[in-house]
Amino acid sequence: MDFDLMITSLPKLLSAAVITLKLLSASLIIGLFIGFLFAVLRLNKNPFINKFAYGYSYLFRGTPLLVQIFIIYYGLGQIEWLRSTFLWVILKEPYWCAIIAFALNTGAYTSEILRSAFQTIKPGIIEAGKSLGISSKIILYKIQIPVAIRQSLPAYGNEIILMMKGTSLASTVTLMDITGVAKHIVSTTYKPLEVFLLAGGIYLFMTFIIHNLIKYLEKKYSFQ
Amino acid sequence: MNIFKKTILSVLASLLLIGNVYADKIKIGTEGAYPPWNSKDASGALIGFEVELAQELCAIMKHECTIVEQDWDGMIPALLMRKFDAIMAGMSITAERQKTITFSQGYADEVAALAVIKGSSLESMDTPEGINLTLGGSAVKKTLKTLTAALAGKTVCTQTGTIHQNFLESGDVGKVNVRTYKTQDEVNLDLTSGRCDVALAAAVAFTDYADKSGKPVVLVGPTFSGGAFGNGVGVGIRQGGDDAIGTRDAKLLKDFNKAINTARKQGIISKLAIKHFGFDASM
Repeated sequence: MDFDLMITSLPKLLSAAVITLKLLSASLIIGLFIGFLFAVLRLNKNPFINKFAYGYSYLFRGTPLLVQIFIIYYGLGQIEWLRSTFLWVILKEPYWCAIIAFALNTGAYTSEILRSAFQTIKPGIIEAGKSLGISSKIILYKIQIPVAIRQSLPAYGNEIILMMKGTSLASTVTLMDITGVAKHIVSTTYKPLEVFLLAGGIYLFMTFIIHNLIKYLEKKYSFQ
Repeated sequence: MNIFKKTILSVLASLLLIGNVYADKIKIGTEGAYPPWNSKDASGALIGFEVELAQELCAIMKHECTIVEQDWDGMIPALLMRKFDAIMAGMSITAERQKTITFSQGYADEVAALAVIKGSSLESMDTPEGINLTLGGSAVKKTLKTLTAALAGKTVCTQTGTIHQNFLESGDVGKVNVRTYKTQDEVNLDLTSGRCDVALAAAVAFTDYADKSGKPVVLVGPTFSGGAFGNGVGVGIRQGGDDAIGTRDAKLLKDFNKAINTARKQGIISKLAIKHFGFDASM
């Protein structure tokens, strides 16, 4: 084991962790919006609307994230007319391509998590509200949504961790996140064990933080 | 004997086999993604200059060889882990790599060049036809200065872990915005999409791509050799040692050097180079 290499690599990998965190937070924020939107569409009674929402989540949950990134980055880049539109300003940047892919992917999972949380709310809670004469709009905002969010916390926590690990695929479209920098160091030092162990350690530490944060929120908003 | 014992024994047996990659077969690692040096045909079989040369060298050595595929970014680690015994993958002989592995004598020259899409402002760059960084001199200095000015603010794309990346990051052409890719294919794709303003690789990698894809990729500026670009392409082999495997590696190096001499004398290398590159890149 080359400990010197590990020590000199650590600051480089830590500064790359900033990119990883940026990718993660941007994707999660956009993904949460998409997730909310599609969860609502899934619950819509109109069969066209809920089939459309179902199709979206089926498509993005049914294909590998890596393939989605490749289609958005390399695939769309090959369409000539697209390159002369304003869309190219965004698609030209690997950073935005990665965020688009991640957000669409996590959005699909988030919509499923929220939908199932909505559907598992016990009807008794809603009926209790109704019997007190609370309007259905207030029941939605003050009862259904808060309960659904609380219900979905454990599953959403898992999704955050999965997405955090998923950001490592950004290195396949030239981004220098933790994995990208680790590969770069390995390409000049030829010592994959040391460098990838260290990179794995950083990911593990991030998982530890996210896990505990979610656990804290679960406790804080527990029903007991 | 129960099934449990059988499984354990077969696992142990397979581990022993992995440790003993030599037997009498030489395993040669190549990338299979750097045409015309090495690539794959539609059926997935390895083809190219180095694949044919490897077969010729093995015939001269009277050794049975298998050629295996390995991603470029894991090439040297895989050699060190004894997944194979030799590298023939357009790998230039550089002092940097010689710290970790050893090389046979060079068998071919790899000339590097910049490429752009036709119509790029870089096409008007005024430079000599080629520069040798080892020789240095005022002409080289002046050319590097021209390049520094021309590449400033441009996104320069190249394959990761290559001499080209080393050169771009060496500071010889100032601080450039380097973007690295896992394979040359991806560099070519992003050069045509316009995400890369300019790319650096073996000149033949671009001309081959332009020929096959019909994309308007053109070479600009000087061709590069020497310095960070190394001294030709050779067979990469583990550094020899005192143990049995080390002795074997040392013998392999000698055998390859002898075989390259023979192949050169018989004109085999020149013939293959002309076939694949269109000119005699043998050395």
